Amino acid sequence: MIGRRRTAIGFATLAILILLWFALTTWTGIVSAGRFPRPADFWFSLVQITTRGYAGGELFTHALHSLVLVVVGFSVAVTTGVPLGLWMGWNRRAEAAVNPVFLIIRPIPPLACIPLAILWLGLGDAAKIMVIWFAAFVPSVINSFSGVRTIERPIIEAARMLGTPPWRFVAEILVPAAAPMIFTGLRLSLQAAWTTLVAAELVGALVGLGLVLNMAQQDIYPGMILVGMLAVGVLGFATTWLLGGVERRALAWNMAAER
Amino acid sequence: MIDQPLKLRETIAYGLIGLGLFLGIWTLLSVSGWIPRQFLPAPLDVITRFVALLTTPFAGATLPQHLLSSFQRYLCGMLLAAIVGIPLGLLMGRFRLLDDILSPIFEGLRFIAPIAWVPFAALWFGTGIGGPVMIIFAGAFPPCLINSYRGARFVDPHLVEASQMLGTGHLRAIVEVLLPASVPSIVAGLRVAAGLGWQSLVGAELIVAASGVGFMMVQAQANVSTPTVMAGMIAIGIAGMLIDVLLRHGEAMIRRRRGL
Repeated sequence: MIGRRRTAIGFATLAILILLWFALTTWTGIVSAGRFPRPADFWFSLVQITTRGYAGGELFTHALHSLVLVVVGFSVAVTTGVPLGLWMGWNRRAEAAVNPVFLIIRPIPPLACIPLAILWLGLGDAAKIMVIWFAAFVPSVINSFSGVRTIERPIIEAARMLGTPPWRFVAEILVPAAAPMIFTGLRLSLQAAWTTLVAAELVGALVGLGLVLNMAQQDIYPGMILVGMLAVGVLGFATTWLLGGVERRALAWNMAAER
Repeated sequence: MIDQPLKLRETIAYGLIGLGLFLGIWTLLSVSGWIPRQFLPAPLDVITRFVALLTTPFAGATLPQHLLSSFQRYLCGMLLAAIVGIPLGLLMGRFRLLDDILSPIFEGLRFIAPIAWVPFAALWFGTGIGGPVMIIFAGAFPPCLINSYRGARFVDPHLVEASQMLGTGHLRAIVEVLLPASVPSIVAGLRVAAGLGWQSLVGAELIVAASGVGFMMVQAQANVSTPTVMAGMIAIGIAGMLIDVLLRHGEAMIRRRRGL
């Protein structure tokens, strides 16, 4: 019942917001079209970018490009970050050796690496992947690390007593037990990946949603700005939702294994 | 297998080895010329540049001056986020209807990266101080709101019921019951907000600004001055760390006072 009430109010709010949008822009003109697009402007921009294209490509091209960069950067960060975090978790020597380097690098916000990435790798894809990697790497490492540290000692000691070989120990105890924390890290990594990508593309890009936003800003084209923002939001939502699905599957398996 | 904790001496030894390897490989790559020194300056070059930037201006100002203008924007954005976010969160925690109305909106906005507001921020508030402040606000606002909301929502129901029974009005209930009870959560939210706000500030300055550390770095990038870019990264890192340390202290102090 509470859920239904909430949904109803949610839809009512959405309807009122859309009405308000019409009222403030098209009907009364309180908010000028130069500041925020009218619904018609938004529609025009959407049609323009999907059919004729804007900033050197159609919406699909830009969105796909951004999406691929996020997925690649995120994957590289996860495949490097999670193993490092797990290793630091179970090997105190590794932790002691890597920690000081981490302490130096960690306070630097990923966005601050954008100029360096452009300097090194130019405006193309490689620079974006480097920045996304840097942004998504840190949460992956930290959360996998704490995931290992939260494993209860008796479990580890039982495995050791039963003579579990190292690779089985990693595959059957370390990873499943740390999985909930690892996924927390992945969610944070994904969010960081999107933020960094948008920023990197806004600073300079040849194709992508950030470029659309940048061009729209320079052309003072509010309709297209809104299209770009919504596209970023939709893709961010879709990838988060997908990761959530993977998490539910992975953790369901984990729970079954525990039982 | 997970080993026992190391002795302090061992921790320091391994730490030095790790740090030595990191700086050693970096220096080697740069000094040997495998990677042109112009693109990968040695650690010492970066530090020299950092020290030089303290007094010689780059992109119109010295590093401390750039930092100062960054801090001004940062403070404005953070204050605004706290002033709007915290009361709104408390109100949402108090009034179910407001919660039901606003939650879906914020849930939706969450997926738009704060930095994607840059074009509208520039359009609405210009590129001087207003635009960047709005971006910082966009980054710092959600944690302020969510944490004060959670704090107010999960206040001991007995406290709320007792105040209701004693006939406390809405305003007093919020100011004297919900607010004090949610302070720990709010402070934790402020710390998260401070980090996100700092990151947003850097992003905003990279894209739209004519002063600040981010602007300095973009100028350095255009001039292919890698040491300056790296010095900027260090400055941003140190400043961010100082902000975090300050807030951590504040948080610990508040927790101690409340006996948590």
